[in-house]
Amino acid sequence: MSAHEQFAEDLTLHALGTLQGEERASLEKHLDICPACRQELEQLRGDMALLAMATSGPKPPQRARQRLLDAIAEEPRVPTVVLARKSPFNGWAALGWAAAVGMLLVVIQLRRENYFLRESVNNLASMTGQQTVELANARRVVDTLTAPDAQTVTLVASKNPPQPQGKAFYLRNRSGLVFIANNLAPLPPDKIYELWLIPPTGAPIAAGLFKPDAKGNATVVNPPGLPAGVEAKTFAVTLEPATGPHDAPRGTGVMQGGA
Amino acid sequence: MAALYDRYSPVVYSVALRVLGDTGGAEDVQQDVFLQLWRNPGAFDASRGNLGAWLAVISRNRAIDALRKRRPESDLENVVLSVVPDMAGDADRSRIAEKVRGLLGTMPTPQRAALEMAYYKGLTHTEIAAKTGEPLGTIKTRIRAGLTALRKAFQE
Repeated sequence: MSAHEQFAEDLTLHALGTLQGEERASLEKHLDICPACRQELEQLRGDMALLAMATSGPKPPQRARQRLLDAIAEEPRVPTVVLARKSPFNGWAALGWAAAVGMLLVVIQLRRENYFLRESVNNLASMTGQQTVELANARRVVDTLTAPDAQTVTLVASKNPPQPQGKAFYLRNRSGLVFIANNLAPLPPDKIYELWLIPPTGAPIAAGLFKPDAKGNATVVNPPGLPAGVEAKTFAVTLEPATGPHDAPRGTGVMQGGA
Repeated sequence: MAALYDRYSPVVYSVALRVLGDTGGAEDVQQDVFLQLWRNPGAFDASRGNLGAWLAVISRNRAIDALRKRRPESDLENVVLSVVPDMAGDADRSRIAEKVRGLLGTMPTPQRAALEMAYYKGLTHTEIAAKTGEPLGTIKTRIRAGLTALRKAFQE
């Protein structure tokens, strides 16, 4: 099967896209009914491709790549699989090409998904950054409250001798408890202070043993073993034998406060 | 798509740049070609040829449209081509490019000039005939002979 000789030159011009007017209309009419000339047209385009492949020049600027990826990210459409046009079946070669088309589409889709995953990672990284800042602030608060070298000043009415004081900060649902005490008397030998959480009903719950420093200051932060969700009616501090923790307060009461 | 871009953008861009002669225009053509592929990957008929060759032809056609300030004349699906040599690998493409350049170098000057005016400038045979003072039929013959000479070189 060979192309019609009378159309040979016009086919070349048509492949180049330069055939116009009457000649073009006439050729297109013929192409509709002539597979040989259609095949010749495809081969002429293949010849054009050879010429294109021989073109050399500078590589595209780096920004062009990002510009394309940005534009693609804004495209709503997911590429769909479109079967290749009908062509004479060529056994394994046809299967190979079908597989290649499939792989191409898979690659395109995976690249697209990759882009969106990267976006998610960027968002998560941003959230993590925010949380890191918040955590750093929280640590700073705790450090300020609990650092051994933190200066603690208690203001009382004039002429009153300083009395032991404590403040408990309690987060019931998260078992969070920070207790800060000052003006504590030095511990007698073999004794220790013990903090108690006293619920509205039921037995007091041990909430940490502590010793004051030389200035009478002490802190308890998130004592281990404190059950979650327990309502606190009162917090209290007792002076207990140093062998604790204890299952119930038995020693001398030092201070207490209602929640 | 980034992988396809990395692989084929040099040829897509260089063809557009050769036609248009300005980097901004070539960049726009390249963007358009890859976006079209992204929107309609089925337009490429893999049973007929190599993706790189197809993109190169699409790029050349779109660049000519831009040069001549006209709307794209054909849909991507209508650009079907068959290429004789295998262009799968980079080495294949380099070998082909070298061979084509060698062949263009040995082509008679009037023939090469006619082919390049039609291919890189999108001039019609009438326009080329007016420019060169040659008869229309001669221009047509030269363009065809130039293109088919390339094919023959790869069939040998």
